[in-house]
Amino acid sequence: MAYVTLNSHYSKTALTRMGMPRWLLIAAVAICATQSFLPNFMIRLPESWIPPSAQILDYFFNEIVINTLHFNELTRWFAEGPLDFMLGFTANLLEGKHRWPFLDDPLPWSAIAAVATVLGYYLGGWRMALLGGGTFVWTALMGQWKITMQTLSVLAVAAPLGFLIGLVAGIVAWKWKWFDNAIKPVLAVMQTLPFYTYLLPAVIFFKVGPTAGAIATTIYATPPMILMTTVGLKKVSPEIVEAGKMSGCTRWQMLTRVFIPSARSEILVGVNQVIMLCLAMVVLTAFIGMPGLGGKLLAMMNSFKLGRSLEIGITIVLIAIMLDQMSKAWVVKLPAHFEKGTPWHIRNKYLLFAIGAFILFLVSAQFIDILNEVGRRQSLSIGREIDGAIKGFLNIDIVKSITGFLRYVLNVWILVPFRDFLLWIPVSAFLLLVVAFAWSVGGRRPAAYAAVFFTLVAFSGWWDRSIITLYSVLAAVFISMLVGIPLGIYASRSEKWAKRTLLVCDTAQTFPSFIYLLPAIMLFGITDTTVVLSIVIFTTVPLARYTIEGLRNVPSELTEAADMSGATRWQKLVKVQLPVALPTMAVGFNQAIMFAFFMVIIAAFIGTQDLGQELQRTLAGTDLGKNFVLGINVSLMALTFDLAIISWANKRKEALGL
Amino acid sequence: MKTKMILSAAALALASATSTSAMEDSSDPIVIPIHNWSSQIVMSHVVGQILESLGNNVEFVTTDSQAVYESVRLGDVALELEVWEGAFGASFREALSKGGLHDAGDHNAVTREDWWYPMWTKDACPGLPSWEALNDCAHLFATAETGDEGLFLDGPVDWLKHGKERAEALGLNYVVKNAGSAAALWAHIGAAEADKTPVLVFNWTPNFAEAVWPGEFVEFPAWEDGCDTDPSKGPNPNALHDCGNPATGYLKKAAWDGMPEKWPHAYEMLTKISFTNAQIAEMAKLVDIDEMEPEEAAEVWLEENQDVWKTWLPEGSS
Repeated sequence: MAYVTLNSHYSKTALTRMGMPRWLLIAAVAICATQSFLPNFMIRLPESWIPPSAQILDYFFNEIVINTLHFNELTRWFAEGPLDFMLGFTANLLEGKHRWPFLDDPLPWSAIAAVATVLGYYLGGWRMALLGGGTFVWTALMGQWKITMQTLSVLAVAAPLGFLIGLVAGIVAWKWKWFDNAIKPVLAVMQTLPFYTYLLPAVIFFKVGPTAGAIATTIYATPPMILMTTVGLKKVSPEIVEAGKMSGCTRWQMLTRVFIPSARSEILVGVNQVIMLCLAMVVLTAFIGMPGLGGKLLAMMNSFKLGRSLEIGITIVLIAIMLDQMSKAWVVKLPAHFEKGTPWHIRNKYLLFAIGAFILFLVSAQFIDILNEVGRRQSLSIGREIDGAIKGFLNIDIVKSITGFLRYVLNVWILVPFRDFLLWIPVSAFLLLVVAFAWSVGGRRPAAYAAVFFTLVAFSGWWDRSIITLYSVLAAVFISMLVGIPLGIYASRSEKWAKRTLLVCDTAQTFPSFIYLLPAIMLFGITDTTVVLSIVIFTTVPLARYTIEGLRNVPSELTEAADMSGATRWQKLVKVQLPVALPTMAVGFNQAIMFAFFMVIIAAFIGTQDLGQELQRTLAGTDLGKNFVLGINVSLMALTFDLAIISWANKRKEALGL
Repeated sequence: MKTKMILSAAALALASATSTSAMEDSSDPIVIPIHNWSSQIVMSHVVGQILESLGNNVEFVTTDSQAVYESVRLGDVALELEVWEGAFGASFREALSKGGLHDAGDHNAVTREDWWYPMWTKDACPGLPSWEALNDCAHLFATAETGDEGLFLDGPVDWLKHGKERAEALGLNYVVKNAGSAAALWAHIGAAEADKTPVLVFNWTPNFAEAVWPGEFVEFPAWEDGCDTDPSKGPNPNALHDCGNPATGYLKKAAWDGMPEKWPHAYEMLTKISFTNAQIAEMAKLVDIDEMEPEEAAEVWLEENQDVWKTWLPEGSS
């Protein structure tokens, strides 16, 4: 009952707000209908109106940042000094690179696998132990040990760096409001900027190689750490703060003994995010010198070795799931408290056990070669067999006729007409439509942002390509809603299925998207269908995940009330569960759009005509300015949706009292 | 392993020989960029292992094959072993004009990049390889999206090809689409392989694909200098790009300007290095067909081709 009154109250405010968007919509339709009579500048901005933003940016980068401020000397010093030293240190230990401390042999794989097993057991029992040890055993047996360690040696620097920067920036943002306000938009842009835009600056400022790879990874992975730290610190309850003050803590002690331990859970969620985002960059950073798995994967794909690409993909997924599960277990695991007088070796028994296992394997590897290194000839890689299986599958007649049909229907009847329709809409009408959308969904503020952002896009001179980018995003998100939401609803009905589906989601999310691009091309050709469907694989994940989470977190009083009033399963779902879960699902929807903007740029590897293709072209000419303009366009479009949807979800949550 | 021993023996001999010369190579690592195709990776490892045998410290770094010229220019990597005229000529020339890198000589290999088809295509369209047969066969290359026109799958846009312009200039009844990556080209051929569907794609030689899918280049009107800048060249007097690509493009090495001073011996060797088409194909084969790791393939290649690479060693070291 409570819910119903809330809802009617909500829809009343929504109604009064509907006025303006409706007028905008009518105006947009009017412009579309009369476009043949309208002056040209309302349809597409004339060339002469486009400011030379790329040239201005080029001048800014070359003349001011590099030639006047010599900013590159500072970054270069950092890259070649401390950063290179740290990367050299981990690389020497893990893969034997010729750097300090100049150990001749890298650590044997068996010793690392043993430590991971003990750590896994400590954090989550036998299952986690199996996951930890198993991942490393798989890596060694597949003959991928060296490249995996090359990757991990960079991540072992990039992730802690991201953690540290994120923690400090998060604390500063929590202490000083102005910093918080200043950093929020920067973080938002950073998170939506396509990776191509990081590439050239990272190379120019931080030297191609592991250094640029580490920096690009850190930049990409840090934002959620900052946000989670601030969130955690803000939530610390006043009672705890009082207790700290009463026991006479100094300010430093307050921070390190009171605030940070109390915000432990949020900070660790941030750590988990940092790790996962680092892994997401493993393949992309291979373009700027990140060694290891990513580079190998690209080389395998370019010589059309599907099987071995797949094996590398599995390694990346295993590492991601292992680190994810372990860091999540660490969040849940509360610090153990021992009685006074417990001997040291009991308090630290896992540590001792890990050291013991490490030494045992370190020593035995000196005598038993296979424990030290699995050679390529000994490895169990079955790349060729997988190649055959994939090609065989793609050649089954039914598969071919289904995909041929899908390709035809989607391309000729749906996608291409939809794209042409979006391109047919005059710029002025498109602006009104976007503003109307943002207004009706999020309210006045998001509408204002939408107006500014899309006007900037129009004045960037890349309107058509921006619209084609947007078209792929919208088409993909729409299709993934058709798949993801029903999937989520179905999976949320039982604990068991929810868990299984979430596992599939995790896997799909960390699986390097490059790998499924190739089979997708083989199935659907180099067409819009391939582009859209490969985005769909990625965007269905958040939709399914948040639908499950939203539905499973519906307060049980509400569902029980529905049961008691004799609602059918369908009624319960439509009238009670879905409306309450909607704000959470909106977060998933928003994430799906963000993922789509990320993935659409990667889809340039298939072959597109959007901003991604143009970004790819800038690599040849090293046009920093143009590169940045294109990247910002993606960012602006993504942020327009982000602001509108998040604003809607927050209002709705408030209205529902969640 | 055996090669390593031979190499280190050579290195010992060298150490005494080179110590007499006036200039020594810096002990800083010579950074060699590797990209994502096999011949270049193996070639880089071959050169790296020779340099190591000369006592140099070598490091490899994976990079994008277009953005790498900026890195050579800045001295972040010391050299680039495969500068293809067609694919990377533009980036190379741009970096050349900005300064910081220079041309370190050609390989004894010719490269060719052009419209290409796998052999099975010829069964359906026997008029090939002449370009004049293309219009009559256009329907064979049609897809669900192109209607009556044929589909030609061009290389990625950043390779700066002019497929579209050529199709227009020569009045070809084809839709030209850009693949997003080399891998996308292979996937397109791979998908056509089972049914022997005719396909027309951008391809180049030397390349591993020749071994996997035998095929031929389409013979366009022969390249004339100025075909890309002067409309009067080529069969169509009013259009640019109405010729085939040069059938004998260069394959160069590029070096950072600071290299001759910092690593004089290594630089001397770099200028002498010259691989032929057959050697490049062999190196690619070791990895792509024989499934070796690039390092291993480089060792095997060095072992089997000692008479080739020993002639590149700096004066007084062999």
